[in-house]
This record gives sequence, C-alpha cells and structure tokens, in this order.
Amino acid sequence: MGKLNAAADQKIREICRRNLNEKTPLMIILSDIQNEYGYIPLEVQEVVSEETGVPVAEIYGVVTFYSFFSLTPKGKYVIGCCLGTACYVKGGQQVIDKFSELLHIKPGETTEDGLFTLDALRCIGACGIAPAVTINGTVYPKMAVSQVQEVIAGYLNKENEKEGAPA
Amino acid sequence: MSTVNIKIEGIPYQVENGLTILEAAKACGYEIPSLCAFNHGECNAASCRVCLVEATGARGLVASCVYPVAEGMEIKISSQKAVEARRRSVELLLSNHNKNCQQCDKNGQCELLHVANVTGARDDAFAGVHSETYLDTLAPGLVRDTSKCILCGRCIARCNNAHALGILGFENRGFKTFVSPAQNRSFAESPCIQCGQCVNVCPTGALMEHSEIGLVDAAFRAGKHVIVQAAPAVRAALGEEFGYPVGTPVTGKMIAALRRLGFERVYDVNFGADLTIMEEGTELLHRLTEGGTLPMITSCSPGWVNYAELQYGDLLPHLSTCKSPHQMQGAIIKSYWAKEKGIAPEDIFVVSVMPCIAKKYEEKREQEKVNNIPDVDAVITTRELARMIRKSGILFNRLPDEEWDQDIMGDYSGAGVIFGVTGGVMEAALRTVYFKLTGKEKEEIVFTEVRGHEAGIREASIDINGTTVNVAIASGMRSARVLLDEIRAGKSKYQFIEIMGCPGGCINGGGQPYVRSCFLPEEDDNILDTYKEKRAQALYSEDERQVIRQSHNNPQIIELYEKYLGEPNSHLAHELLHTSYAAREKFPEK
Repeated sequence: MGKLNAAADQKIREICRRNLNEKTPLMIILSDIQNEYGYIPLEVQEVVSEETGVPVAEIYGVVTFYSFFSLTPKGKYVIGCCLGTACYVKGGQQVIDKFSELLHIKPGETTEDGLFTLDALRCIGACGIAPAVTINGTVYPKMAVSQVQEVIAGYLNKENEKEGAPA
Repeated sequence: MSTVNIKIEGIPYQVENGLTILEAAKACGYEIPSLCAFNHGECNAASCRVCLVEATGARGLVASCVYPVAEGMEIKISSQKAVEARRRSVELLLSNHNKNCQQCDKNGQCELLHVANVTGARDDAFAGVHSETYLDTLAPGLVRDTSKCILCGRCIARCNNAHALGILGFENRGFKTFVSPAQNRSFAESPCIQCGQCVNVCPTGALMEHSEIGLVDAAFRAGKHVIVQAAPAVRAALGEEFGYPVGTPVTGKMIAALRRLGFERVYDVNFGADLTIMEEGTELLHRLTEGGTLPMITSCSPGWVNYAELQYGDLLPHLSTCKSPHQMQGAIIKSYWAKEKGIAPEDIFVVSVMPCIAKKYEEKREQEKVNNIPDVDAVITTRELARMIRKSGILFNRLPDEEWDQDIMGDYSGAGVIFGVTGGVMEAALRTVYFKLTGKEKEEIVFTEVRGHEAGIREASIDINGTTVNVAIASGMRSARVLLDEIRAGKSKYQFIEIMGCPGGCINGGGQPYVRSCFLPEEDDNILDTYKEKRAQALYSEDERQVIRQSHNNPQIIELYEKYLGEPNSHLAHELLHTSYAAREKFPEK
C-alpha cells in the first residue's frame, strides 16, 4: 500500500485536530475527509487512528457502515439514487437499474473514464418527491425511468463542450 | 450497599441495587441463558437477544443482561412467552450458522450449542439465506471462521480491554456484517500480536487456535524422535479440562499422559526457564555495569515481542536478546542433548505444550533458527493437549502421578516454575542477580512486591549491596504502553522491566482452558474474577515445594555450562540461545 505524501498527511492531521473537541469527532472527521478527497482509504484511516486513538478496525467499520463514506475514489459526478421505503415503492429500484444499464456499472462502482459513480442511498428525507435522485447535490425530483438517458446525456454534453472549448 | 426487593417467579428476593436482571438472577440461583454478555459487562452489546425475560415495568420482553433491577420488580424467566422468545432468538442465530459441529474443535465447549440445548432450539426452524463468510488461516497463531460467528462482540471488547489495540471490528452493516481486522485482512497482515485473548472469549468456534496436532501426528508416523516439553502455566490449568477445580496443579498426571501419548522424552520447560535466567540475568548485569541500553525488557512473551516490533520499533534495543525458555531448551535438545545421545538434529521433533498461541508464530521465526533448523517444530496449546488426551482414550483422572524424565535436563528450580505468572520472570531474575552481585543468596527469597495475578503495572525498588535497582512489571499491552511511552520520552526510572502479553501472564494465556461459568457449575459465581489468582497460586505453591529455588543452583544447569556452553553469554550461548528483532509494518502491502 502506498503511504500518504507529506501534504496529504499534514492535511488529514489538520482535519483531525480541528475536530477533536467535537462531541462525535470521528464522524465529523470522516465527513470532512470524504468531502475533501472523495474517499477514505486505509492509509488515511491509519492517520486518523493515530490522531484520535480510535482503532483502525473501528474506523474501517464506520466507513463501511455508512454508504456516504467510500473506500475508493468516486467519479466526477456522483449519482445517488434513493432506495428508502417511499422511493422504493415509487419505483426507485427501476431508476437505479436503468442508470446501471446505461452506464455499465453496478451500484457502488465508478465508470472507467472516472466520470460517474452510482450509489444506492437509504432514505435521504425527500419522500415527498419520491423517487429522488441527487447528482453532486442537485436534486432530481420524481425521477422517471424514461428521463434517465436524458440526464446522463446532459452531463456528457457538458463534458464535451468543455473539451471542445478553446483553451 | 443499597438493596432492592424483587420477585422471581413469585418468590421474593433481596438483591444489590444496580445489578442487571441477569446478575441478580444469578445471585438468586438462576442461570438465564445468555451469549453476548460476558464478564461483568466487559461485553454487553445486548446483541444476541438470548437472555430475554419478562419484567414488570418494562414494555415487552427485556434483555436481562443490560436491564437493571428495580424496587418491586417481578421477573418471569420461565413464562411461556419468555421461554419461546429465547428459543426463537437461538433458532435465528442457528439459521445463519455453519452447523458442522462434528468437525468443530469447539464441540463440547460451545456456548451456542449449550444455549441451544437449554432453550430447546431446533436448527431447522428458520431455513434461509446464509450471509457470505470468510476463513482466515494465514496466521500461525489463530484462525478466524466467520461462518461460526454470532456477532456478539466479545472478541472486540477483549482486544480493546487487554491491549487497547482494537484489531477486530464490525465491518459492513445489516445481514452483511462480519467481524474482522480492518479491510477484512488476515491477522497475519494486521497489527495483531496473536496473543489469543479473543480466542479465549469467543463463545463459538469462530476464533480458534491454529491447531498443530496434525504436525505432531505426522512426526510420530515419520518415526522421528518426538520430544515434548511443557511450560509451567500448563500444569496449573490443564486439570480444568478434566473437571478438576480451577487452580489444581496436575503436573504428575500431565507427565503420565504425555508419556502415554508416545513422546520419547517428557521434559519440563522450567529447565529452559532456568537457562533463560542465567542468560538474561548475565545480560542485565552487563548492561548495568557496562552502560548498555536500559531499561532492559524481558523477551519471553512472544505476544509482547510482536507488539514491540509492530508498535515500538524504535525501542527494540531495550529488549533482552534472550530467546524464550522453550526456544532455548529446543536449541539445547537439538545440540547438546542430540550430541550426548548420538542422534542427528534433523531426526528430532520437538513439541512444546504452551498456554500460548503466539508461540506458534514464534517457533517459525527465521531469527529463532540455528543453522536453518528450528528450535521447536510444533507448539500445541493446553487445550490442544486436552484434545489429544481425550482422542487417545486416556482416562486422565485415573492416571498415576509420574515424574519428568531425569537425564540431562530434568532438574529445575522453583524460580523456573513462577515464570508462568506476571512478575515471575522478574522475581526469578532478581534471585539470581542478587546472588551474582553480592555473592550470597538473599535470605528472604520471595519478592512479594513484584507478585500479582492481574493486568496493570507494579513496581519495586530492590536494594542490592547498596545499589538500588528499580524494576517494573506490566502485563497486557494497555498497561505496557504506559511504561513504553515513558521510555520513548526519556523519562523511565527503571533498569529492568518485565512485560507479558496476556493480562496476568501465561496463566491467562490465549491457549489456556476456557473459563465459562455455564460449564463450571461447581465453581463460585465469581470464578471469572478469581481464576487467575487460583492458577497463580498453583505455581507459587510448586515454587515453595522445590528444594532448589534459584536458577543458578540447578545442578544440571551448572553441568550444562561446564560441559558445553562455557559461561552465560558465551559465544556458543549467543549462537544457540539469543535472537534478534526487527520493526514490522502494521498493515503490510498485500
């Protein structure tokens, strides 16, 4: 396993130290790291363990318990499909299956070009607009299977435009 | 102590306030079946749901392992509702359990099978999907088989309590949950010190020692000269496997059993312990008088050595270079003894019976080999020895008391015996160091200051000829790290430190018989608090019975140096009896 470079090591320790006085420091530290780097691999957990005194196995347990945390790098666009009870009843499973089919990845995986990650989420508290999908914070309410192709195309176009634009 | 009045099945009792229903019921003479609750709340996850009872004031059934008694509470253990609920909980556990009980080494001592019997659970009540399982057999010391895990969390709690290490944790969630080192790694690829404390508390066969009985059988079949040596702590606990009260020394019967199992020679590791004291005591004197690295720390416990290499690589020069007693004795068997008997070392197979599972790792270390030949070829635990005895049909309890083989390494001193308990190595070393420095024996031979049987730190200052030697003793890594951090910070005031991997020392080693009150109906309720002290007492009493109580007065040790080794720390002694250490990565690249 490649060890962390000095800058990342420093940054992780900073994140730990500024949160140590919180009531539940571990959750906040892990959230901050997830937001900063997009994933929390074992070598990062080792540093968190040193700073907080929480055993690595316990940190690993927390990271694998919550679907919000990831052990591997996430794509540029993280597609979160809610599969909470309301969304599931309203067809959330069909929606995520469609994303899966079109992107050729299973939930939890990332496309080879690193653009998309597909996540199955438990209830995100948006039952009124079920089935709900979030992509990098943007909420897509009452998502229909027929809209999935269009949504993906929208992000792909955005990428193509950037590539085509003059430097 | 305030008390409350409760009723169990309508019968009034007065019990201590603050107890859980489970504890209160026990005090009143009831054993409510339970699994995850262990050792006064050391583990109280209330996760197994086996101990459900009815209690007034509560909605529905309550987990008696965490629910406290209250004034006027009426408890029903044997109501139909409670009995059925407990049975169902066990049936649910069984529905996701690998039920190959015939092949399971835990059979006969399995708490899941015990509660299944007690509750009348049927194994086919809930047929369904099994969760994915993992089997880790890579580590020499212990095996993890999640197909038998009931997710009680006792192992996690013990690793944290004893060592503050937290090697194990719950991974994933829901039905996919399993217990493992981080990243579902093998114990061999994690900072696990392979002490086996987790094995000692596992209620099922999910965590077991890595058995080497097969190696021993193969050596017999191959016609090798199979020599056995047993560590001091084994005799203090083996009897428990055959129904003797905890703390009964069974030295004579153990020797008789080993002989009947077919071992060519039956030796006591105490001879090796005496040898260790000669070498280690001399090393300490050198360091004290010639300015070596101080404090010097003992190196008999392979669990502790693992911890040092994984967590305190910078402090390795503090460790004594002495091998542990059974390794030393193995090296002597394959050199001095082999020469005397005219046998080639390759034809000798040395088996160590140990209270320890980290010894299974130690015997395989490259640094322990002499001319590429391992000192010891197989290590079996106290529990494995009991299994071998049962398998062979030997009626242990009817065996006569026999004596150790008495040729060139049969004698031992009382100093060697007490190695098995925390503080023992220190006391044994002090007896000899005192003599070396003063030229006379200490009149008061017992160093009470260093004695104990629990985890934690003890310290003492011993005045020898006007020189004060400050010593400290720790067992369990939670305690040891305090002393180690002092050394790291340059603030240690000690010259000599004894560290043992397991809390209480070898008597409480990871290879010792399981202590479970449900299988020990004759013992007191508080047996989990007293078993270490009882086992320690068995060793101290053997020390008192010995005529020779200092290692340097063991005549065969004197003879060994005169005829073969020359003097302690000689060139040959270094080649055979000393070793080296190297820092290791906590999570090596896979």
